[in-house]
Amino acid sequence: MWDYAKLIMLASVGLLAAIAANYAHDLPYMVNAIEVAIAAAITFIYVLRQVGEDKTTDAGEYMDDVIRAGVIATAFWGVVGFLVGVVIAFQLAFPSLNLGNVTDGILNFGRLRPLHTSAVIFAFGGNALIMSSFYVVQRTSAARLWGGNLAWFVFWGWQLVIVLAASSYVLGGTEGKEYAEPVWYIDIWLTVVWVAYLAVFVGTLVKRREPHIYVANWFYLGMIVTVAMLHLVNNAAVPVSMLSSLSVSVYSGVQDAMVQWWYGHNAVGFFLTAGFLGMMYYFVPKQVERPVYSYKLSIIHFWALIFLYIWAGPHHLHYTALPDWASTLGMVFSVMLWMPSWGGMINGLMTLSGAWDKLRTDPVVRMMVIAIGFYGMSTFEGPVMSIKAVNSLSHYTDWTIGHVHSGALGWNGMITFSVLYFLTPRLWNREGLYSLKLVSWHFWLATIGIVLYAASMWVSGIMEGLMWREVDANGFLVNAFADTVAAKFPMYVVRGLGGVMYLTGGIIMVYNLWMTVNAQPQRAAAYAGVPAE
Amino acid sequence: MCAKPIKQDPRDKVGTTGHNWDGIEELNNPLPRWWLWSFYACIAFALVYSVLYPAWPLIHGATPGILGASTRADVAVEIKRFDDLNAPIKAKLVAADLTAIEKDDGLKSYAMEAGKSIFATNCAPCHGAGAAGVQGKGYPNLLDNDWLYGGSIDAIHTTITHGVRNTVDPDARNVGIVMPAWSDKATGAMADAATTKLNDEQVGQVVNYVLKISGQTADEAKATAGAQIFADNCAACHGADGKGNRDMGAPNLTDAIWLYGGSEATLTQTISYGRAGVMPTWGYAPQGSAPRLSEDQIRAVAVYVHSLGGGE
Repeated sequence: MWDYAKLIMLASVGLLAAIAANYAHDLPYMVNAIEVAIAAAITFIYVLRQVGEDKTTDAGEYMDDVIRAGVIATAFWGVVGFLVGVVIAFQLAFPSLNLGNVTDGILNFGRLRPLHTSAVIFAFGGNALIMSSFYVVQRTSAARLWGGNLAWFVFWGWQLVIVLAASSYVLGGTEGKEYAEPVWYIDIWLTVVWVAYLAVFVGTLVKRREPHIYVANWFYLGMIVTVAMLHLVNNAAVPVSMLSSLSVSVYSGVQDAMVQWWYGHNAVGFFLTAGFLGMMYYFVPKQVERPVYSYKLSIIHFWALIFLYIWAGPHHLHYTALPDWASTLGMVFSVMLWMPSWGGMINGLMTLSGAWDKLRTDPVVRMMVIAIGFYGMSTFEGPVMSIKAVNSLSHYTDWTIGHVHSGALGWNGMITFSVLYFLTPRLWNREGLYSLKLVSWHFWLATIGIVLYAASMWVSGIMEGLMWREVDANGFLVNAFADTVAAKFPMYVVRGLGGVMYLTGGIIMVYNLWMTVNAQPQRAAAYAGVPAE
Repeated sequence: MCAKPIKQDPRDKVGTTGHNWDGIEELNNPLPRWWLWSFYACIAFALVYSVLYPAWPLIHGATPGILGASTRADVAVEIKRFDDLNAPIKAKLVAADLTAIEKDDGLKSYAMEAGKSIFATNCAPCHGAGAAGVQGKGYPNLLDNDWLYGGSIDAIHTTITHGVRNTVDPDARNVGIVMPAWSDKATGAMADAATTKLNDEQVGQVVNYVLKISGQTADEAKATAGAQIFADNCAACHGADGKGNRDMGAPNLTDAIWLYGGSEATLTQTISYGRAGVMPTWGYAPQGSAPRLSEDQIRAVAVYVHSLGGGE
């Protein structure tokens, strides 16, 4: 019965999407509608073939298929995102790479930049978070994922969000809000998928067999709940037409800017910090086989982080139309955030006490440690940059770009790589990784790549800031904007090379994981762990 | 650190919470003291700072902070400082006769410095950072001595003040005057401006005549036929000898300097579909608004452009 309901629903969605494509007012809408129709058709055929089949699952087994798919998606979108990043880095150094006269703007920096940020944050980072949280919540709750195939709906629904958003960006569809570019109907679909994700996660926690909820799950849950709130508030908009990708934000002026950066800063705070701390709290103790350093610290820094982060957004709007008082609050909350952020670093690093020798023998542990190191560095740099006097130099410069990337490449990227190295042999039941030597290569390529990236952006950013503010004795600006662009050329090339190294490391990782699954012998005994109920 | 043998398992020292998830345990270590005190110090800093600076929102406005700091006031002070500093020389610059500015060392050095900065901010986007224009795009080179509307300091000052063919300033140069679209295939306002329609063959003939008078290789037969068409239609603006006319900004066609390009293809495009470049007004403002540049700024940038090499 349920199958027939699903079939009817999928057929209607496919049909409506096809009709909408026909009457679309703009190209992004039309292409998105066709994609939805195709997705509905494929799902329809899949469901049709399954009708009447026995779908009972073993409740005593963890649901790991969806996590395996998540591992593949994470690695795939990671490489795609890094590749687009390298392309746009070189577009800034060599503008002719925009290919403006050949591609009608489709490959312009302005279109590819949101493609890059969304691919790395939401496709790579998002898949990593969803996949790892499904793994962690099952193991630490000793329970199979709640909701049956709802976890698969979350996985495929998330991939659809990514494909819709990516194709819409290159065709010019955007809401014009940084990190919230997807147009209104993609936002609605994303909300549906995210609520399903929340349901699977909370459902699994509710039926847990452990007396307490493990700290990693607090962070994951904090991330899921807060991101839902941020997404809904910042994307509040009125569509121009049901057949158009255009919409009008319900906020305007400085309020719009404030809501946007409340969202933008907390996307970093909850998606890229809290969520990934959840990863750290499970995978670091597992990999180094040591207890978490301090339970007390984990509680205190969790609540302090959650409470303080949400107020720090105004530091993105220093010296703008934002009133001084809001600017001050954004700054002082950012300064107070320093120690709560470092609580995670301490708990991660000190978990290694008694196991520091593993740094020499296990490149995966090395990757985790450098990730935590970059986390500590960028969560110190952030509060420093939020101080008004520093910000007056750093704002709008490449320093900000460098700061973001030492966090994103160093912390989010490295911790995700180590999680992929941890999970692949376990999920496919293989006798260890294919090659630890390749992990070492990946480690060094990525680390040197990040250093090149961050160092060139510091130099470029500080130079740019100094050039912009330079005035002569009569108060006239000494440099034109174009002078600063020309001066940044060498740093742009170095940054691009750093990106190439990071991308190469990612490709080596994909090869290594591929060979682990396909060339490593099957492990005789299953990996030890708490069985599901 | 690895040389030091691990004497005891840290678990023994403080013990764990007794929880165990999938093999993960938690130690009962206290909060690191340095961490806790640093956290308190940050909170103390935040409280003190929020008392000193504008911080706490109230129903109307916010607490101003006991230092009375305001970023907007800081900017205003900075601007006023330079305004006061430069006020006397600005007044002198505006009062001086245009041609006298360059002879007065004090005025000239100020005007050059100001003009360079004003040019970089306002003019460079079209004319280029080095003022060489953009070849083939219709943005004139300001370094040569070929001038559409004249290269004297007065002419440059007028062009900057009012601009060219913009729809804002009634005194803009060349309002209503364009290079018409002569081709019989062209439509619209640019085609309406043409007094006659030329077919493709005739356009080709004029093109060859222009190639010839600009010293390029041309088809002699076509050029000869084109001479008559030029005399009938083009000479009114560009002059019988093709040397242009500054009163209507008609370019000299006999030198090797081109606004849009002198190749056969570009000339065919120009003659067939016309040209009507625009320069904004910098000194005019409709009632109730301020001009983009003040008179002293326009004078400064005029002196700067005049000094670039092609000044007359």
